[in-house]
Amino acid sequence: MFTEIDTATLDEPVAIRPAQKPWRAKKRIRGKPVNGAGDSCDARAEWVDHVRRIRDAQDQAAFAELFQHFAPRIKAFLIKSGSDPALAEECAQEVMATLWHKAHLFDPARATVATWVFTIARNKRIDVLRKQRRPEPEDLGWGPEAEPEQDDVIALQQETAQLRDALSALPEAQRQLIEKAYFGDLSHREIASQTGLPLGTIKSRIRLALDRLRHAMN
Amino acid sequence: MSNKIKHHLTDDLLMAYAAGSLPEAFDLMVATHLSLCDDCRARAESFDAVGGHVLEEQGDVVAMNEKSLAETMALIAKGAPIAKPKRAQCSVLPTPLQDYVGGDVNDIRWRPIGMGVKQAILPTSGDAMARLLFIPAGTAVPDHSHKGMELTMVLQGAFSDEVDHFARGDVEIADQDLHHTPTADITEDCICLAVTDAPLKFNKLMPRLFQPFLRI
Ligand SMILES: [Zn+2]
Repeated sequence: MFTEIDTATLDEPVAIRPAQKPWRAKKRIRGKPVNGAGDSCDARAEWVDHVRRIRDAQDQAAFAELFQHFAPRIKAFLIKSGSDPALAEECAQEVMATLWHKAHLFDPARATVATWVFTIARNKRIDVLRKQRRPEPEDLGWGPEAEPEQDDVIALQQETAQLRDALSALPEAQRQLIEKAYFGDLSHREIASQTGLPLGTIKSRIRLALDRLRHAMN
Repeated sequence: MSNKIKHHLTDDLLMAYAAGSLPEAFDLMVATHLSLCDDCRARAESFDAVGGHVLEEQGDVVAMNEKSLAETMALIAKGAPIAKPKRAQCSVLPTPLQDYVGGDVNDIRWRPIGMGVKQAILPTSGDAMARLLFIPAGTAVPDHSHKGMELTMVLQGAFSDEVDHFARGDVEIADQDLHHTPTADITEDCICLAVTDAPLKFNKLMPRLFQPFLRI
């Protein structure tokens, strides 16, 4: 049923969106304004809705937009991690297909779409480039009854924006080392010197989301 | 659930887990601890957020091939890969370990290594080794030290050594400077997950005889 779709979809207008989205009504409250990147916070929050549209309605237009944004980033990420371009292309497609199939597992109270995509791409890299299994923690499955509150989703977006600001403010040399670490270029012992990152507030936010999930499970 | 855990993973292990640069045996240790410890899980997921930032903000991106979206839609149309069967909750082994044991605690294939102590080496690739240890209640494991790093996490029972007391979920991180003699609590047999990135060396003559059996 999907084979008739082609790249022309990328240029077509997106399905009509609701006039007002509750999670867009609130702007970042505590986040500092950043050098002209004010729009990107909204853009990130918007991806949450894209994933929901894929989950709830198999929305191919939403997927095409996500693809246009994320697939070239995944491909670049894999090439920087040591893949050749042909393999990176193939893996980026597989990562995007996984995003489609696992849309129901995405929890926007714990991660942004970019973070979630990163984890899928990282696991693909471990699987394909390192040829290694990737043990994952026990599943905290969440059903519709545990669907996160909009406030929690907004709060996570805000914390992520603050994290972005904090990381952007780090000295250039440190930023490059963090990039190297996530491209898989640093061993775990080399990483040990890089851990003084400003993660306290986002960690607390994710911890709250986990508490709510545990509560909903019991 | 995790309030009682006193000994946690370090930030460098959690960041390396998020970055995907640990040997498989260490990934298994981290995934097992995160299954029991929401504090470390939240820290690990905040390191994932750094990865999301790196993915999003990397300077240059690489264009996909012309037919890429259509190919991906065709891939999607083939259907989702078959999910592995969901493991039931087990009071001893969190699900990541069940995957490696191929079942629950009754399916562990123990090999005796002396003095009632048993071990089961888990199949992982890479330079590190993961194994389950069974220490009978009240028994001490031979004094040993490490060339590399050894992480030991309690799954059942508890043990004490020169450092502290360790119960379910607690991780002891031993580097090459630590010589220790873990002793299982008298109340219950102790089961641990242990991972090392270099061979152990034993400090007394007799335990060295065990080394061929320990495969270390
Ligand atoms: Zn912990």
